[in-house]
Amino acid sequence: MYEGAVQNLIDELGRLPGVGPKSAQRIAFHLLAAETADVKRLTHALTEVKERVRFCDICGNVSEEEECRICRDARRDGAVICVVEESKDVVAIERTREYRGRYHVLGGAISPIEGVGPDDLRIKELMARLSDGQVTELILATDPNLEGEATATYLARLVKPMGLKVTRLASGLPVGGDLEYADEVTLGRAFEGRRSLED
Amino acid sequence: MPFLGGDARTARWVRGCHRIRDNGGVALYRDEGVVLRTQNLGEADRIVTLLTRRTGVVRAVGKGVRRTKSRFGARLEPFSHVDLQLHTGRALDVITQADTLHAYGESIVADYSRYTSATAMLETTEKIVVVEKEPALRHFLLLIGALRTLGENTHDPRMVLDAFLVRSLAVAGYAPALEECARCGARGAQPSFAVHAGGVVCSVCRPHGVATPAPETVRLMSALLRGDWEAADASEERHRNECSGLVAAYLQWHLENGIRSLRLVERA
Repeated sequence: MYEGAVQNLIDELGRLPGVGPKSAQRIAFHLLAAETADVKRLTHALTEVKERVRFCDICGNVSEEEECRICRDARRDGAVICVVEESKDVVAIERTREYRGRYHVLGGAISPIEGVGPDDLRIKELMARLSDGQVTELILATDPNLEGEATATYLARLVKPMGLKVTRLASGLPVGGDLEYADEVTLGRAFEGRRSLED
Repeated sequence: MPFLGGDARTARWVRGCHRIRDNGGVALYRDEGVVLRTQNLGEADRIVTLLTRRTGVVRAVGKGVRRTKSRFGARLEPFSHVDLQLHTGRALDVITQADTLHAYGESIVADYSRYTSATAMLETTEKIVVVEKEPALRHFLLLIGALRTLGENTHDPRMVLDAFLVRSLAVAGYAPALEECARCGARGAQPSFAVHAGGVVCSVCRPHGVATPAPETVRLMSALLRGDWEAADASEERHRNECSGLVAAYLQWHLENGIRSLRLVERA
């Protein structure tokens, strides 16, 4: 046990995800040895993130203003909405540079075992966005695990009466992987979604 | 024998040598099981709770499961019936190999009401079979049967769930009394259902404020307990609803902890 401030810092760092008591101690002593300006930059970044960052009123993505950068961008295609679970997924899709539409962040997936139902996600907001008739395609890009699939099934059923084109991201073999290690479900889906090489 | 310093260390080294030679003490075991729940652990691992055929409930770590190139892929998702090789660890076992026997998840997740019913089954199993590594073969067979029935979509998912719940309770020793009064044992159909008394009660034993379900509802519950699907499929919607309510109340009373996913179970 250390005295006052050092122990406080170790305790606080130890509460972060993935930081154990030894790592917390190592980070604390690193900070203690670091330049004052470096530490000030870190504290500034921490306070700023809590003060300035909020969620976009339209899509639910993290943003510093009422509307996020993507929702403000007029060059984006407003007719396509891609539904994702978390803001992290928006970044992942943006990195592909393949998609030019807009997003909708649900804030999680339906998981009855964790007590998360449809009412706990931003589904009402999504339905409100779809009701103005501008959107023609809804891309369901929830995680390809069981909860993500169930959320996609639920959403697909919910928007069916609206007559939109509803698509789901393809699943199959990862690029750079080995066929023999693919599990039956993934390989089965890859077969289902196979494409012709002729065109 | 090389001297390693210290009796304890020498003894450990000798035991280790013995283990390598005859392979008898290696803590590897093989079993088949159904994945009940997964929880993220660290960067890319998952703690997988399984109900296995021979070992009962096992909590094991699936290393790197969350990576896209994981060799486990979708095999360790809930509802999967898998053949496993595990390594006994100190607190948690480690899954070293997994092969799919049946992927029930695919057909279950294609329908939202089937998914919510199946999730309630997994959660109930986890709450009923509380002791880890104690064989629970009947629970295992019951779960496999229920998941298969749900996947085939031959009966109302809500009734499959109710049948599973009453039978799970029966296996655990909490079968509701449906053919005689739970208090005095008087034979025949009884007018009321008292959750805390353990089933139907006669008009003499009837405590205050207990439910008085329709006789068809009690008959439906009895059919579900026996596995008489012909009678169950012929039942009316209102009796199914009433039966679900009674089964849920009976389950929550006996398990003490609430089943969270029951709240989200959807009717077909």
